[in-house]
Amino acid sequence: MPVDRSLAGRTFPPTEPYVVSREKIAEFASATGSTFDGESAPATFPIVIALPAMNALMADPEVGIALHRVVHGEQRFACTRTVVPGDRLSAVLTVETLRHIGGADIISTRTEITDPGGDHVCTAFATLVHRGDT
Amino acid sequence: MKLDDVLPTQTYQVSRGDLVRYAGASGDFNPIHWSDRVATSVGLPGVIAHGMFTMALAARALDTWADAPGRVREIGCKFTKPVLVPDDEEGVAVVVTGTVRNITDDTVDISLEVTCGGEKVLGAPKAVLTR
Repeated sequence: MPVDRSLAGRTFPPTEPYVVSREKIAEFASATGSTFDGESAPATFPIVIALPAMNALMADPEVGIALHRVVHGEQRFACTRTVVPGDRLSAVLTVETLRHIGGADIISTRTEITDPGGDHVCTAFATLVHRGDT
Repeated sequence: MKLDDVLPTQTYQVSRGDLVRYAGASGDFNPIHWSDRVATSVGLPGVIAHGMFTMALAARALDTWADAPGRVREIGCKFTKPVLVPDDEEGVAVVVTGTVRNITDDTVDISLEVTCGGEKVLGAPKAVLTR
């Protein structure tokens, strides 16, 4: 099943606020062998906040993505500050572009991660490659 | 860190167990990162590391070079070649090197090279750190 052609430009509803615990950061830091000083989360930790937004995109039956066919093509984080324990963060994902190249759909997304006051914490740019039938 | 500094090479060993831990810690349970059956069914040679796990290792190297966590403000790359992780005790080595490309009053730009088995696995990985 091909990916819904009308996906480009679509913005998904905000994710439920994610309350960042010290324990979750410690778990993530430990899993990546990183140092956690009790303050700043590792640089790629915002993926934990962005993933529910990306999963909502991938789980939407109208979008037509099969998770096991997805390969991560590109990722970038641009943050104004690090994530810290006690943060309450939500994510809003927008599909920026959808291209069909060589039998695969290339889905470029932008996820804005903000605090309850609406202040920017981090933007996560992800490109997902949805491989066709093999 | 000074301009054009080549930063000390960091080598990280990655095993299947590390991928399982990372899946749980990150919430990315895509079965291509833990099931050979599913990975091969979509044309991969076997289980591959999460691209984000490899990127996290690059971030770990940045923290080491910066001698402190929490200084990375931007990090990005393409995932150009999968890191195949064998189902054995040793796993596979991921090697991270970096070069200081620019320094301003507030920031340090670093370009990285991340390889596995001598081949680049990330495309144009780079980062911006606060000073």
